[in-house]
Amino acid sequence: MTDKTDMERQATAAPAIELKGISKAFGPVQANKDISIRVMPGTIHGIIGENGAGKSTLMSILYGFYKADKGEIFVGGKKTDIPDSQAAIAAGIGMVFQHFKLVENFTVLENIILGAEDGRLLKPSLAKARKSLLTLADDYGLKVDPDALIQDIGVGMQQRVEILKALYRQADILILDEPTGVLTPAEADQLFRILGRLKSEGKTIILITHKLREIMETTDTVSVMRRGEMTATVKTSETSPAALAELMVGRKVLLRVDKTPAQPGDVILDIEGLRVVDEKGVERLRGIDLQVRAGEILGVAGVAGNGQSELLEVLGGYRTGTGSVRVKGQALDLTGKHSDGQSRRQHGIAHVPEDRQREGLIMDYQAWENTAFGYHNDPAYRSGILMNNAAIKADTVEKMERFDVRPPNPKLEAKNFSGGNQQKIVLAREIERNPDLLLIGQPTRGVDIGAIEFIHQQIVALRDQGKAILLVSVELEEILALSDRVAVMFDGQVMGVRDASATDEKELGLMMAGITHAGEGT
Amino acid sequence: MDTMPKWAEVVLVPLISLLLAAILSALVILGIGEDPVAAVKLMVTGALGSTYGWGYTLYYATNFMFTGLCVAIAFHARLFNIGGEGQAMLGGLGVALACLYIPWPHWSLALIGATAMAALFGAVWAAIPAFLQAKRGSHIVITTIMFNFIAAAVLNYILVNMMRPQGSMDPATARFPDATKLPTLHDLLAPIGINFSKAAPANISLLVAMAACIFLWVLIWRTRLGYEIRAYGHSESAAKYAGISPVKITMIAMIISGALAGMMAINNVMGEAERLVLNATEGAGFIGIAVALMGRSHPLGVFLAAILFGFLYQGGAELALWTSIPRELIVVIQALVILFTGALDNMVRMPLEKIFLSVRAARAPKPKRKPVEPAE
Repeated sequence: MTDKTDMERQATAAPAIELKGISKAFGPVQANKDISIRVMPGTIHGIIGENGAGKSTLMSILYGFYKADKGEIFVGGKKTDIPDSQAAIAAGIGMVFQHFKLVENFTVLENIILGAEDGRLLKPSLAKARKSLLTLADDYGLKVDPDALIQDIGVGMQQRVEILKALYRQADILILDEPTGVLTPAEADQLFRILGRLKSEGKTIILITHKLREIMETTDTVSVMRRGEMTATVKTSETSPAALAELMVGRKVLLRVDKTPAQPGDVILDIEGLRVVDEKGVERLRGIDLQVRAGEILGVAGVAGNGQSELLEVLGGYRTGTGSVRVKGQALDLTGKHSDGQSRRQHGIAHVPEDRQREGLIMDYQAWENTAFGYHNDPAYRSGILMNNAAIKADTVEKMERFDVRPPNPKLEAKNFSGGNQQKIVLAREIERNPDLLLIGQPTRGVDIGAIEFIHQQIVALRDQGKAILLVSVELEEILALSDRVAVMFDGQVMGVRDASATDEKELGLMMAGITHAGEGT
Repeated sequence: MDTMPKWAEVVLVPLISLLLAAILSALVILGIGEDPVAAVKLMVTGALGSTYGWGYTLYYATNFMFTGLCVAIAFHARLFNIGGEGQAMLGGLGVALACLYIPWPHWSLALIGATAMAALFGAVWAAIPAFLQAKRGSHIVITTIMFNFIAAAVLNYILVNMMRPQGSMDPATARFPDATKLPTLHDLLAPIGINFSKAAPANISLLVAMAACIFLWVLIWRTRLGYEIRAYGHSESAAKYAGISPVKITMIAMIISGALAGMMAINNVMGEAERLVLNATEGAGFIGIAVALMGRSHPLGVFLAAILFGFLYQGGAELALWTSIPRELIVVIQALVILFTGALDNMVRMPLEKIFLSVRAARAPKPKRKPVEPAE
């Protein structure tokens, strides 16, 4: 299709979705302010904005989860009222959530008909669904095994099931909320191929994300949101990542990390032959050898699930292993009484865990309580068996200021901060301990651009103070930007270690897939 | 952001729940042809209208404070201890042993000794399910329920075959010696000129229970142990990350929980019956669950809820005595209160939250602080 006919079609056709003057407030917080947007049929329309910009609220209004305070919704040129998700489905709108809504111990087929069964008996519905599933799979290249249990298939596949669920309900408009948050780069690429296919078959797609790369690669049009307002809608081909970032944050953003060459000192962390067998008896780490020196950042790259998490957990003291791990020459206890988080902290190891909501923070604790988390036995934080709450609070106020946590309210519960600010609370707690070794996993997962810049600066600053840093991230870009050396993990082993300046995404990508250079062993 | 001010959360929600339960109870009473207003009057005068009534209300409340605290502390570690009943029974055994076999010179020493034994027996009885959960993964709800039955059977055996005095037909221990007799509220209040009923069973254990409330508040909100227990209760994975041992927290929380349930025995066994009888606990262990739920696992809440349930118990007994409202209906009324305050909490909470939100929105057109993070 040429550009001209494309434009002609857009000029004549009504927008697939049009929102006019949508406003929504939660108490004093204006989540959406007078938002208007036109999404043309057969296009991929990106909505980008930082965490908390109001993207998800807007989509929830479109899908009938919230009712807008003001404004109108038009679907296919017709004014439509969407009081609940049933109405959204009836209007041809399908939604793929960031956190999948699937029944783990049901099969793919059972999940697809869930809520869309035809009669009281399941058999005919299942048979019908199986048939249309085959057609859908053919039409859009969405191959899944209809009889596999959800719990047995990968995250990428589960997402496919979510898309199929929407298509089975005859959705013409698909909304995807942060679809790549849980995917590996390869799975993400597959997803985008599927989206391209759906588009060419005439479906309309709204892609919500805060990742610039995805917007640039996949969308036709992009709308930028900031603080509840729609700041711009532009053609993707006519903009650049830097311009979008500026629109999102409201100021110029440094997209790469400024750092001087590392000046490595003594070996701080020395891992030899580290092995981990998990609860199911599967060997997760199969003899890891790694060294991290003072004043350097060692990045551990790899597709999620290749042992990086287990490595952090063993080092952090909440998973047992065998082999030898020395910190500043002292052997760590890997199995016994002293293999716990408290002992690790006494060894001068600080740990920013991969999942701040499950591990790094108690979401129901207030910020000040979280600031003491893991360090609650510190003499400065206690008086006898009691906690010294006043001292902790005072310390929290200082840390919040230094790390620019917003809002700077030590009595706010962790769950009420945005992702970036939650991460800053964890970082402040761990970095301000002035550790000899910092373990840091997925430092910027689910964190907005403005905060990413800040977090990266803090990590580099700690390195420049001569500390050793072990960084695990599934974002290759981040690994390359921050690390001085890069280790690639595959299937519980280290495939190789490279100087960050002497390697590139292509080489690392091959190693992540388990392929080392020819001539360097098998 | 918090949607409701704290006072509404802790005062208004339970009050409205209570009101709803009362209305429904009134309808039930109307339905069987009795006068609800007269019934309420009778309950209030029966439970609160005399020092005799108060004496019984506070006696029951003392039991419920101990068992309510027992459930509350376990809740903070996200453990559901349904075994308060069995732990209290074993506590009774501890009290009986302490009182019968040790020649106490004075009641105060006897109280300390009996309290320690009661706590020890209750703690051991809770520690077994705790150990099974921590080390073997047996679900604590199941094991503590089973331990209630085991406790009843053990007690039955011991009373019938071992501790029953020669020649007695009654499955109960001998009467405790006079030196272990605890001062009642009558004895305690007489020196300051208050003439409290002599016949009512409320005794010095009430003060022990109140002290336990204060102790538990300090433990939960001020100590490092309490911090670790709450952290574990909120998130086990985060607790592991921080180096808080799940085994340690499970054991300690359950041991404290069982000890509190066991301590109830100084009230009902030592203070009231002055001997150990079968079924001395009379279901107080289960009422403790409702008390902890209604009191939101906060010691002050537990204190107030225990007094409310003490009132319902005593008032209910009066109703059964003086009206044709059958005993079973009293249980229905108590169950309604439990249902509304414990189980249907959100039914009241959510509309109330909405009201507060709209009131706040109307009152504050211009928020002083800039809204930094709109909800996603």
